Order: sequence, then C-alpha cells, then structure tokens
Amino acid sequence: MVELTINKIKVKAEEGMTILDAAKSVGIHIPTLCHMKDLFPSGACRICSVEVDGQRNLIPACAYPVYENMNVETNSPRVRRARKTIVELLVENHPQDCLICVRNGNCELQKLSEKYGLREHRYAGKKKDHAVDISSASMERDPAKCILCGRCVRVCNEIQKVGAIDFTNRGFASTVTTPFNKGLSISDCILCGQCILVCPTAALREKSHMKEVASALENKKKYVVAQIAPAVRATLGEEYNMPLGVDVTGKLVTGLRRLGFKKVFDTNFAADLTIWEEANELVKRIQEKKTLPMFTSCCPGWVKYIEQNYGDLIDHVSSCKSPHEMLGAVAKSYYAKKMGINPEELFVTSIMPCTVKKYESERPELSEHEQLIPDVDSVLTTRELVRFFNLAGIDFDDLDDEEFDSALGESTGAAAIFGTSGGVMEAALRMAYYKLTGKHLDILEFEPVRGFDGLKEASVQINDLTLNIAVVNGIGNVDPVLDEIRAGKSKYHFIEVMACPGGCINGGGQPIHQKPEKIVKRMKALYDIDKSMTKRRSYENESVQTLYKEFLVEPGSHKSHELLHTEYFNRSKKYEH
Amino acid sequence: MKTFIELCCSECWHTNENPCNSFIRCCTEGPLCHHNPECEEKLKKLNRQLRFEEHDLPIIWIGMGTCGLAAGAKKVEEAIKAELEKLNIQAVIKPTGCIGFCAKEVIVDVKLPDGERVSYCEITPKLVGKLIQKTIIEKDVFTEKLLGAHGEKSNSIPHINDNAFFKHQLKIVLENCGIIDPDSIDAYIAYGGFKAFDKVLRLMSPIEVIKEILDAGLRGRGGGGFPTGKKWELAHAQKADQKYIICNADEGDPGAFMDRSVLESDPFKLVEGMLIGGYAIGASVGYIYCRAEYPLAIEKLQSAIKQCEKYGILGDNILGSDFSFHLKIKKGAGAFVCGEETALMASIEGKRGMPRPRPPFPSVSGLWNKPSVVNNVETFANVATIIRKGSAWFSSIGTKASKGTKVFALSGKIINTGLVEVPMGVTLGEIVFEIGGGIPDNKKFKAVQIGGPSGGCLPNEVMDTLVDYDSLRQVGAMMGSGGFVVMDEGTCMVDVAKYFLQFIQNESCGKCVPCREGTKRMLEIIERIPQSYRSTKNKLDELQRFKGIIYLQRLAQVIKDTSLCGLGQSAPNPILSGLHYFKHEYEEHLYERKCRAGVCKDLLTFEIDNNICSGCGVCVKKCATDAIVGEKGKAHYILQDKCIRCGMCFEACRSCAITVN
Repeated sequence: MVELTINKIKVKAEEGMTILDAAKSVGIHIPTLCHMKDLFPSGACRICSVEVDGQRNLIPACAYPVYENMNVETNSPRVRRARKTIVELLVENHPQDCLICVRNGNCELQKLSEKYGLREHRYAGKKKDHAVDISSASMERDPAKCILCGRCVRVCNEIQKVGAIDFTNRGFASTVTTPFNKGLSISDCILCGQCILVCPTAALREKSHMKEVASALENKKKYVVAQIAPAVRATLGEEYNMPLGVDVTGKLVTGLRRLGFKKVFDTNFAADLTIWEEANELVKRIQEKKTLPMFTSCCPGWVKYIEQNYGDLIDHVSSCKSPHEMLGAVAKSYYAKKMGINPEELFVTSIMPCTVKKYESERPELSEHEQLIPDVDSVLTTRELVRFFNLAGIDFDDLDDEEFDSALGESTGAAAIFGTSGGVMEAALRMAYYKLTGKHLDILEFEPVRGFDGLKEASVQINDLTLNIAVVNGIGNVDPVLDEIRAGKSKYHFIEVMACPGGCINGGGQPIHQKPEKIVKRMKALYDIDKSMTKRRSYENESVQTLYKEFLVEPGSHKSHELLHTEYFNRSKKYEH
Repeated sequence: MKTFIELCCSECWHTNENPCNSFIRCCTEGPLCHHNPECEEKLKKLNRQLRFEEHDLPIIWIGMGTCGLAAGAKKVEEAIKAELEKLNIQAVIKPTGCIGFCAKEVIVDVKLPDGERVSYCEITPKLVGKLIQKTIIEKDVFTEKLLGAHGEKSNSIPHINDNAFFKHQLKIVLENCGIIDPDSIDAYIAYGGFKAFDKVLRLMSPIEVIKEILDAGLRGRGGGGFPTGKKWELAHAQKADQKYIICNADEGDPGAFMDRSVLESDPFKLVEGMLIGGYAIGASVGYIYCRAEYPLAIEKLQSAIKQCEKYGILGDNILGSDFSFHLKIKKGAGAFVCGEETALMASIEGKRGMPRPRPPFPSVSGLWNKPSVVNNVETFANVATIIRKGSAWFSSIGTKASKGTKVFALSGKIINTGLVEVPMGVTLGEIVFEIGGGIPDNKKFKAVQIGGPSGGCLPNEVMDTLVDYDSLRQVGAMMGSGGFVVMDEGTCMVDVAKYFLQFIQNESCGKCVPCREGTKRMLEIIERIPQSYRSTKNKLDELQRFKGIIYLQRLAQVIKDTSLCGLGQSAPNPILSGLHYFKHEYEEHLYERKCRAGVCKDLLTFEIDNNICSGCGVCVKKCATDAIVGEKGKAHYILQDKCIRCGMCFEACRSCAITVN
C-alpha cells in the first residue's frame, strides 16, 4: 500500500494502481475517453491529464501508477485549461451536427463539451472530410465523427481479435479504417458491433431498418409481426433509466402492439425449437460417429467468422438456423397456413440485441427455397426499438404487461438463458440428457458454463458417455479451439460460441453506456427468468410439441430440414487476391 | 598475411568456431600464445600496412559517403582510374567515409609510400589530371586545392588541423570517419578497434562497465540527454530471460546527418559500442533500427555485421567467453515518430509506429515486454573510447553536467557546411562564426535553429550560450540530435515556424489529441499571419487572424503540457522561441503586413519605378494574370488587385525598374 495526496485528500492505494483508480476510490472523478478497463493504457486522448508535483508536464491519470507521497492535483486551473483545450480541439474537428445525430443525448464528446463549458469556436479551422461507409449490411462507419480515441480498434484487435479496422495515415489525416480503405463489407469484420458499444460518438452505428419497418406497418397489405430476442427484455429498460437487469418483457409486448404489430411472438419459442433440433443433431452425430465436435450456430457473427477464417471446418457447425430465423420460417409456413395468411404478405420483424442479425436476415440461403421469401424481413436492434417507441409517443414506463401471442409465444426457462454466454449449452444439456437417458436432469443450474471466462469447459456423464463440452465466450477466444480441431487434437463433443463477450446480453445492438457491471446484472436477469419458470426444459414446451405434431413430424425430419436448417459456405478464399 | 583471421603459423589456433580469447590483443600486440619473431614481424607488418604506414604504391582515398557521392565522388573515381591507366601509373584507390567537410566535397587524399597523407578538396573530374600530375608524378603538393596534411605535423605542408574548420574540433565519435576503410574489420582493429570490448570481456564485470559509463557522465545524444549509465543500470537490475539492446539510427530531423556519417564511415564503432552495452545489461540480442532512406549506411552495417560474425566477434560464446550477442538490422519505413523509443519498439515488433505511455520504461519492459535499452548511434559511438581511455579522461571534457563532445550537422546559410564535433561548452557563436566561417554573401546572421523541429530558433543575442544540455534548454532550444540550421536575414521567422509546424503535422502519428489536432490549429494560426488585406475575404477572417494569435500561446502551452511523446511535447518549441526572440517580426507581419525578409509572398508589393521603366513590355509578356498595363515605350504600371506576386516580372525586367516591398 502506498499513501498519496489527491486534491489535498490523503488516499491509500495499492501499489501499481493508477491515479485514475486511486482518485475514484475517494470520489474524485477524472474524465476519460480512450481508457478501457483491463487493457494496457493507450494514453491517446489526454483528457485525464492531471498535475503531479515534480513532473514537468501533465500526466495521464489512466496510465500512471501511484507512488508513495505523490501529490496529485486533478482540478487545478492548469489541468482544467488543458482539458478544456483538448475538448475544444476534438470538437473543432467534428461535424458538430448533434441535433441530427443518432447519438444525440448519449454522446461522450457532447457531454464533455457541456461539462467544460465550450461557448465559442476558438480553434476553428479545417475539418476532416470522409465519406460514410455504408457498404456493410449491419453497420455504418462515419469517420468524420470519429475522435480517434481508438477504443473500437482495441476492441476489434485485442478483445475480439478480428482485426477489421486500424489506424492509417498520419497527423491530421489520421483515420480509423478498414484494410486499403475498401469498406466494411469486404473486410474481415464479422459485424458483431462491439465497436459500436465502445464508440463515444456516432462514428460507428447500426444500419437502421426503422424505415422499412415503418413503411411495412403503414402498408395495409402487410401482416406485420414482431419477435423479441431473449436478451432484449433484460436490457431495454436501461434506455429508460431503469436499473440494470430489469425484465421488461410484458411492457415490450404491449409497446410493440401499440406500434401496430399484429402479433408479437417470442424468439424464446424458437429457442426451444432450436434446442429440439440441435440436441437431435448432436445425438445423431455422436451415435452415427459423424463430424465432431459440433458447434452451435445461433450466433451469426460466429458463423461469419468461421466461414471467413476457418472455412475448412465449416462442417463442424450445426446446420440449425438461428432461433429468430427459425421463428420466421415457421411463421411464414406453419403459422401462415394455420391463420390463412399469404406468406408473402407476412412481414417478420425481429427485435434483436445484435447487429449481425441484420446481415443474417439478408443471407439468401435463409429464405424459403421456392419463392425466396426471406424468413425474417427486417431486424431492429434494442436501440432502434427505443427510438421507435419514442417516435410513437409511447411512454414505456407506464405501459401495462401483456402476454405474447399464442402458437409462437410459449417458452421455457431453457430458452430464456439463450441470451447469455453458456445458455445455449445449458439448455441443450438439459434436453440431451433427457433424450439419451429418458430421465429429467435434477439439478438444472450448470455452473461450469456460467460466468465470464473466455473458455469454459466441462464434462458431463450421460450413461456411459462422457460428453466433453466447451463454451467460448467472445470470438477473441475461439482461435485456439479451432486450431486444436484443425490439428485433430480436440477432445470436445459440443462447443458453444458467442461472438460477443458475455453473450447476446452484451450484443452490438444493446443500449450504449460504459457501466462496468452491466454484463453481470443483465446475466442475472436472464438466470432469474429461468429460475422463475415452472417449465425449464425445452422439451416441456407444449407449443413446440404441437408444432411437431401438427406440422414438422419430428426433429430432423424432412420438413424440419427444409425449414429449420441451412447451409454455410467456405468464404476463406474470398481474401486471396 | 592480408587479414588478421589468417593464421600466422601452425602454432596459432584461432578459428571462428573455436575463438581464442586473446584474439584482439593478438592482432596488434601478438602473437601471445607462442613466441616466434617471424610471426611477430608478420603481424607488425600487417598492422603497418593497414594503417598505411608501409606500402609500395601510392594510395588515393576518395570520400565516398553519401555526401561525397552526391558531390560526384563516383565520377571523380572513374576519372582517377582512367587517368592512372592513361599514364600507366600503379596506385591503390581506396574508398573511405566522410571527413565531415561537406562544403568542400569531393575530398581526395593522396599518400606516396614515403610521404604524408594529404587531403585535397573540391576535386572534380576535370581537376583529376592536374592532381595526379602534381602529387604522384611531380611528388609535390597540389596547392590550389590543398586541405592539409594528416599525421605528424611537418613544416612543408600545412596540417589539416590548422584549417579553421577542424581547428576547434575534438574528434571522439568521428575520429575514424573519412580516415579508415569502413568496409574492413582489419583496418578497424589496426586502428585500435575492439580493444575496449576485449578489455570489457576479459577484465570487467557488467557492474564495472556501467560504473565507468556513469562516472564518465555520458548522456544520451539523441536529444533527451538522459544519463546512459542510468538506463543501463536499470536494465541490468531487471531479471528476465531475454533483454534487448537497441540502437536508434532513425535519424529524421531535417538537416541532421551525424548518425549517417558514423554508420557509413565507421560502422564497427557502433557494433563495438552495442557489444559493450549488451554485455553490461545482459542482452544477447541487439537491434539497429535504421531508416531505409540510408541505403549506404545499411549496406555498410550489413557488411560490418557479417565480418564481425566471421571473426567470431558477434555470435555465440564470443572470443571463448560465455557472452553471446547477435545483431540484427531493422529498416524503418520513413516515419519520423519512430525515432521515439516506444514507437521504435512498436515498429520493430511489426506494429504501427505509435508511442505508448511510460512507465513502464523500456529499461523495465520494452521490446516484446522485455527489458530493453534504446540508445542513439552517437551515444554508442562514444562508449568504446570511454572504456579505452577511461571515464576520468572523458569527464575532463565538457561542462559540469554535460561531458564529452557533441556532433553537429551545420547546414543552411553558413559558409562551411558539414559535420563538426566540438567539446561541450563551446559557444554557439564559435560554431557559427569560427568553425562555420560565418554567413555567405556578406549577409547578416539572423538565427540558428538547433535541435531540429523540437528545438528553437536562437538569435544573435544568445550566441554566447554554451553548448550543453541545460544551457540550451534555458534559452528555449534543446540539444536535440544535433541539427544546426543557420539562417540569415533573408529568412522569415514566421515562414520558418510554418515550415516546422508543417513538418510536425506530416509526421505526427495521430495518436494523441494535442499533437494531432493542436499542431494543425497552430499551423492554421501561423498560416493566417502573413495574409494581406487582399487575401482576407471578410471580417470574420480578419477576426480569426487576431483571435488565433491571442490563443496561440495558450494552445502551445497545452500541447507542451499534455502530448504523449517528445515529438508533441516539443512541437511548440520553434513557435515559442520564435515568439520570444522574434516578436517584432511576428508583429510586423500582423500589424504592418510586412515581411522584412521578403519571403511571405502574400505581403509583397511589386511596383514599377516609372522613372526607370522604358516600357519595353517584356514584363507584360511574362505576367500570367495580365496585371501589368502600359503604353509601349512609356512607363508601365502593376494592377495590385490582379498581381499574384509570382515575381516573374521582377526576374524579367532588364532595367531593374521593378521594386519589391
């Protein structure tokens, strides 16, 4: 422990702690922009500059460790002047179009500008001039709004280890861009959107589907339905200043109905359905000694990643469509038939925590083969839905709870936890155990696959089979697992991969804020939903049972293959120029 | 015997697979392992030959560093070869490095078997005939282009050190430059090379080496002036399975070429310095980070490393000891910021060259997170001499806190451009007016920009400032790497500030906000100063012009205070020193819209003196904007609104009727 003084307050701090953390421990706030917890300090933005006795220059609080008898000033005129100047410099090279910006009200630069009282353009001059990159199906990059804090680059390179973007050029011409400035669509980007979550401004944002949805709702010929992903219900409340991890399922259903959606379905229903199919596929692969280990396929970011980087291992991925695509397919076949709706008039909107789902919904193989009707017509992220609610004058806080529409609205606890890392694995285990033994699993909470580790592994004894499973939490941790498989050394049977750290609760379409405890709280919310359910195993879902009875016959049947399964492609070669 | 690696007789057993630990001493004092007068004589003769004390044919040296080559050394060499062939004269032609006197290139030295080595300067292919006639055939001195004789002072020929350019110099780093053959390890050994390394390896512990460097008071010659021994001490104290020693040869300051000269003319000196450094800190791998714009330097380094490996001086278990050291060259890709040590290491690692915050300092966690010491070429070039001659000798040179010598690259408006090595503590004035010979064309001295883009512009008033780290900092400049650009009255200080800011903007890595955005705004403010009434479009422009000046100082201070690395922290220095020493010039530009040096085009007014103008109309034809009107045969006029101040009319006027204000 060392003792230091910050703003004349005596502070005890652990050795190696940064000034930033030491100050925080006594309630002194130091602003940051480029700082990212648990990563090596970047020291790029200089907004956290503080004055330290004996140092010639100001030093960055986020990067500098404390030492004995250090005397720090975080609020001296010199520090304030420096910080204000830095904000001024950033603002002067920014479009300053806050009023028409998607991040208006939730922008770190805007907040700093307000905080440091910018009232005039002191350093007005040339501004950078870049075009918006709209090439990708899910995301937009607007380098003109970029303040080059580098958080997106670090999340992409150091956490996700995708490496689709980096800095180029020097000096004033510096910019963050894709290789050869060629656009996101042909870069290595998997569209996970983690960069959007860390972007302080609107330089990175989702590609909005709001217009398509709005015009579908206006179109009298369309029968517009919505489905809500498991992870959205645990996060949407944050946008209305509710505490982290509040379940708002009921309000969501009501809100969507008020927006004009004819039916509101639950993606959780399809999650249960996915488990039926996926567990069946796994059991089959094991029994018939086919390609193992099998990977889950719920996460389209992960699917894109393996297609692009490990195309030779594509057979390892389950052929199941992701849950919302399954629901779309079932809605446009089974449900449409049942209700007498023309499938072409049925418009499915998915409310997703995810940006990649937008890209996924546009994949041509994810549509009905004969008529090429897409399973899902449009995807709204959690953030877009909030904008929709606001536009429609819906006061979310005051909404009553309503229930999902039947037929595609029932779900079990196993489906609820799909939204968190390890959830799919846990749900599949509950089902597989039953399938292989005919017995119900007694203890449903499967702790080894819960939590925040990058790679979680466990072995489950089912009869005489030792099932080795792994859960990859965040795409940045997947390469070693894949390399092992490529080398023929993998011991696993079944592996779940979620591209976003923490799973869908931390997806690229979720509310943007930098509260550190968000993943924990959101995770807990989903586990709480699971716990509160009476039915917690996918095979107990009666609607799914009915679906099989009336329409699909059985998991893995011809019909289900036609509707619920898909194929993937080895895209690794695309990069050989 | 032609090389030291050859065995003198069957009793000598040195090979590079099985090196003998007294090899280095053996070369100059040997043989040590056996007594044989014949062998002794063989080695002595080889030494004499390598030092050119004994030879049968006349030797002609040609300075073939980059500067020599640029001045036409290659053509001179061809001419000499042709001339010798024509006259059927046998002589040896030896390429050598740069002696530092750039203004007088091409420099050719001639030595007859019984004569002194004499340097001649400004040799052109046309003069070659005369040179050979005088020196080799007539065995006389070619007095027209004589620079001076080397060796012991003789009465007949003036000694080279009597030349004003060399008189005040003290050569430690550059001692071999332009003298020895940079491609020959044998020559380096014969001139006392690797003796220091031999001493370190046999007699000194790493701690003792570090203490010697600490006692000598050697400070980093790259700019910062951090005590070299302290860096080594810290790295030595770290426990790690791998440490690195890195040479920063990414010399990027405009007008600086000291390191290049050492690399091209005496590469073994650097290798020896790095070997000693590696031994001291416990590093087994060294990197030389050299900019790719120095192809000749890289070539010489590669050759030097190869020869050292052949002689068992680099590699595993060097000279039979348990010390192993491997040296690699990493070519920089032309980013100025890679001269900053953390950016340099990122670049070696294959990443984008961007600095990172310190601590952790490289000595604790540097290249690939291992303890690493980064020193500049000139610093390493001092090390061997310090070990050989002792710290007491070294610390007797210089001022209280700055020991030894410093190499400066004199350029700009100065008569004797070139490389000079002066003891710390001489005054700036001595360098400019005595060594440098003052300002050409009888113009007045205005300022010297010292320390490159990080340094400052110093006027005549502070020319009595001593050359040492602290005095230079006190007057608002810094030692920097040694750029020394002299400016005369024809240089506009606002324009100079603009140039350096432009440079910083082009070279900023773009990582931290103050450097990336701040220097751009400073540049814009400076660019608005030399704006004429004509160019100011509206009142807002005018307002911005003054507002900029008001905030300039504040902005400069914040950039200095908050930038991530030295590049940004020192970027405002040229502006701040300019504002301090040349405030009147800024004010003239600002209030009177006048550029006294006549550099800022926008502020110039071209006028025709109608008393002189003959109305010939030449200027009318030259004018690109039809700004000159007048009747043929009568005085013409310039329409100021149309004039773009290109100066074509001024150049064209035969009767000098056009004036510039």
